[in-house]
Amino acid sequence: MEKLLDVKNLHVSFDTYGGEVKAVRGVNFDVKKGETLAIVGESGSGKSVTTKALMQLIPKPPGRIKEGEILFEGRDLAKMSEKQMQKIRGKEISMIFQDPMTSLNPTMKVGNQIMEGLIKHQKMSKPQARKRVEELLELVGIPDAENRMKQYPHQFSGGMRQRVVVAIALACNPKLLIADEPTTALDVTIQAQILELMKDIQKKTDSATIFITHDLGVVANVADRVAVMYAGKIVEVGTVDDIFYNPQHPYTWGLLGSMPSLDSADEELFAIPGTPPDLLDPPKGDAFAARNKYAMKIDFEQEPPMFKVSDTHYAATWLLHEHAPKIEPPEAVKKRMEGMANSSSSSEGERV
Amino acid sequence: MSQEKLVEIKNLKQHFKTGRQSVVKAVDGLNFNIYKGETFGLVGESGCGKSTTGRTIIRLYDATDGEVIFDGENVHGKKSREDLKKFNREMQMIFQDPYASLNPRMKVEDIIAEGMDIHGLAKDAKARKAKVHELLETVGLNKEHANRYPHEFSGGQRQRIGIARALAVDPSFIIADEPISALDVSIQAQVVNLLKKLQEEKGLTYLFIAHDLSMVKYISDRIGVMYFGKMVELADADELYKHPIHPYTQSLLSAIPLPDPDYERSRERFTYDPTKHDTSEEPEFREVRPGHFVLCTTKEFEQYQREHGTGE
Repeated sequence: MEKLLDVKNLHVSFDTYGGEVKAVRGVNFDVKKGETLAIVGESGSGKSVTTKALMQLIPKPPGRIKEGEILFEGRDLAKMSEKQMQKIRGKEISMIFQDPMTSLNPTMKVGNQIMEGLIKHQKMSKPQARKRVEELLELVGIPDAENRMKQYPHQFSGGMRQRVVVAIALACNPKLLIADEPTTALDVTIQAQILELMKDIQKKTDSATIFITHDLGVVANVADRVAVMYAGKIVEVGTVDDIFYNPQHPYTWGLLGSMPSLDSADEELFAIPGTPPDLLDPPKGDAFAARNKYAMKIDFEQEPPMFKVSDTHYAATWLLHEHAPKIEPPEAVKKRMEGMANSSSSSEGERV
Repeated sequence: MSQEKLVEIKNLKQHFKTGRQSVVKAVDGLNFNIYKGETFGLVGESGCGKSTTGRTIIRLYDATDGEVIFDGENVHGKKSREDLKKFNREMQMIFQDPYASLNPRMKVEDIIAEGMDIHGLAKDAKARKAKVHELLETVGLNKEHANRYPHEFSGGQRQRIGIARALAVDPSFIIADEPISALDVSIQAQVVNLLKKLQEEKGLTYLFIAHDLSMVKYISDRIGVMYFGKMVELADADELYKHPIHPYTQSLLSAIPLPDPDYERSRERFTYDPTKHDTSEEPEFREVRPGHFVLCTTKEFEQYQREHGTGE
């Protein structure tokens, strides 16, 4: 498949009084046409900064893209001027933010907010744009579009507001949609609706999506491929099946193990001890070493390169080196993964 | 687990006036018991009244109607300062937002010891300090942390301070209102493990309020599902997940995304339609299976019993 976006060796830093915070430290990934890439990781792992850098939404100063290329259909976004970027934002790449309460303008009617992009990018006239807005609102499942577009955001519920945000993002048929925790602020039932909506629209428009989240359940639902980020780096990347059924990096094990499955017995959750490292002064070697009980001596000295597991699956851990001892994932994680496979088949029959 | 009731909630109502005419019935006639030593999970969507329930039980709000009986005594109604103090020692709360629930101008030591000071639990400054240090270690922090301010801590650490504060007066019952929703996944597991450990060591009883159903299932012995101020289903945690009866519970369970791609690909979501209920009479809380209660009318009760009864 054709690569739509290709990020090469991206470094993003923030200059603060305390010194340089290296938020993203050499990230490589690509997004192909029509696929969904999920980026997962804890807060502070650099997943939001990475995607904001793609859109050049990092406030400069204090932030800056130190190094690297962001090739979008062959053009390097990292070198574009603000004026050039304005033609891309909202038109070719658009973004859905986490909190629908703050990402809409409370003083503007919802319809006008959706129209903005259409008038600016597609040079539509007002009546044309209004018609398109009605279509969009219908597409995202807001009934009575004609009247609803004349209302203000506070007249919408949280789920409905997020639908409006989705409509804004989709207004100009973007080739790439970046969704930064689009459902974290929503209830599970509303979350399920929005996820279904996004998948549905993606099928219709054949756009690509980068989905940022820390909820692995959501990842399993939406993603084709998954990149796991830790301390400003991608530590494991693979197809969704690679990551969930054959995880290689101890951090991925930890993430999977720390979520209870619905039929897990009373055993303790596999918590990752400690907290993420301070990126003002990133540790030498593998950044995860201090929280990793499988860490070897080399983890504290040298950073692991990306080891190839299969054609689609790569992980940065010394455990994959040919001289490393063979280590099985912790029992808790293995059991949980087996348990999950069983539970899915058994519980389904009962739910109908 | 003993079957001794620690908290009894009888017909609890909490209505808020929102205008001259309109009243929001946030909690509307709740009945349930919490037994000694158990974890009772309360789940539901935002706005269903689960937090209001927790806050009313601990008397942050005065109930509109109904009773909360704690250890044989009514919590609400007129109380002398002394009585209230006694009760406050027994019941403590852990809040959702670890950023907003700690006073930024107070040192951790004083935050934790505030309750002890009020109840006169520490004999002198030395005993106070020793107790604070002990609490910090119990929740997995160091005693060096006592002299710092809340902003110097991460979210997970702050939540630990909140837990230490709740434990400082040796309560028997703790209301945890979404204690982990503001935390990262890996940190959530740490805090949940800590809560479980403390329960085993100190024989605590929890009311655990959350919207994350998989975590609630993991930590709770029994679970109540709330919908629009009413409890619609109550059962043992396993029972509830294996045999959800009320259509709302079924829809809620079918919406949880699980970290399992194969399951997700084949998942069918069930949408709840509140208009489909039998409206011929007021629904009541009835026992469909042993220990498994559902809000339903007589007709629905018969239907549920046929479909889910014990004789399967």
